[in-house]
Amino acid sequence: MAKREIGEINAGSMADIAFLLLIFFLVTTTMDVDTGIARQLPPIPEQTDITDVKINERNVFVVLINAQDRLLVNGKPMNVEDLREKAIEFIKSDPDNPELPEMEEVKIDGINKVVLVGKGVISLQNDRGTTYGRYIEVQNELVAAYNILRDEAAMKYFGKEKYDMLNEEQQEAVREVYPQRISEAEPKNVGGK
Amino acid sequence: MAKFAKKKKKASAAISTASLPDIVFMILFFFMVTTTMREVELKIELTNKDLPEATEIKKLEKKSLVSYIYVGEPKVNYQRMYGTEPRIQLNSAFAELSDIYEYILAERQQRDEAEVPFMTTSLKVHQNTKMGIVTDIKQELRKASALKINYSARKDN
Repeated sequence: MAKREIGEINAGSMADIAFLLLIFFLVTTTMDVDTGIARQLPPIPEQTDITDVKINERNVFVVLINAQDRLLVNGKPMNVEDLREKAIEFIKSDPDNPELPEMEEVKIDGINKVVLVGKGVISLQNDRGTTYGRYIEVQNELVAAYNILRDEAAMKYFGKEKYDMLNEEQQEAVREVYPQRISEAEPKNVGGK
Repeated sequence: MAKFAKKKKKASAAISTASLPDIVFMILFFFMVTTTMREVELKIELTNKDLPEATEIKKLEKKSLVSYIYVGEPKVNYQRMYGTEPRIQLNSAFAELSDIYEYILAERQQRDEAEVPFMTTSLKVHQNTKMGIVTDIKQELRKASALKINYSARKDN
């Protein structure tokens, strides 16, 4: 039998096939990365050791959000836009102002200095009827306040513009200067549904 | 005149397209590798637009260590069975609050023990949802000691 010669396969349409696949993947690709506000939940306390921890009133920054999405900050109504500024003032504190939280001297190893650190705690309470959007907005403002201050500290102590630009050790030091203390109370049902 | 005629002849060298498939394949492979197809079909009304906006957001790293909890109103075709109140979706099915504990445990079991402390729960919640259900979910997560959470939000411009 005569050996049949295998004809060369035409590769001219290869590009078309590749293009087809390319377009398919181009369309299905979603490049978006998941982003969000990272938070840490407190562990459930053991039933036995519930004690009233006395915290000085000036050390607490109470943020209430009611079912109508309105804010009450330390007993006064407030707009969300003003919250960041107020929070910064509170966290930073001032040793001469009796209205703002107490401060204590803390030796911070990372910068080898004794720094006055505010003892303020932000307490966030929301109603069951608060919308999630508003809750995140408020969370965002509070986290922003901390971030701004930490960036400031990064500049002051390490000469870097952003907290994110510092190395692990330096970040730790800055975190000690401005520890993030946002406490979320167990929800209450105030203001109706 | 002769000068012009000469020039015209030189310029008409055709570009070889033989390497075109190679180039296309290269791009193709890039997209094939980066593509992530949506693994779950959402039964609730929740597009990217429905997530709340925030400025202080962080990227979720290590996607393999993230478990998702979706909350929102059921889509129109499920409303007859499930109503219009916001519901929880785990994986691809509607779930009750009490299922979250099991879900977290199951997710944990799938991972390496060393990776468990780095596991994050991403809450993808419609911004019009009331906080009641979110608070309940958070409470369940605390019970399961899945304390690292991430409120999914999109970048505010």
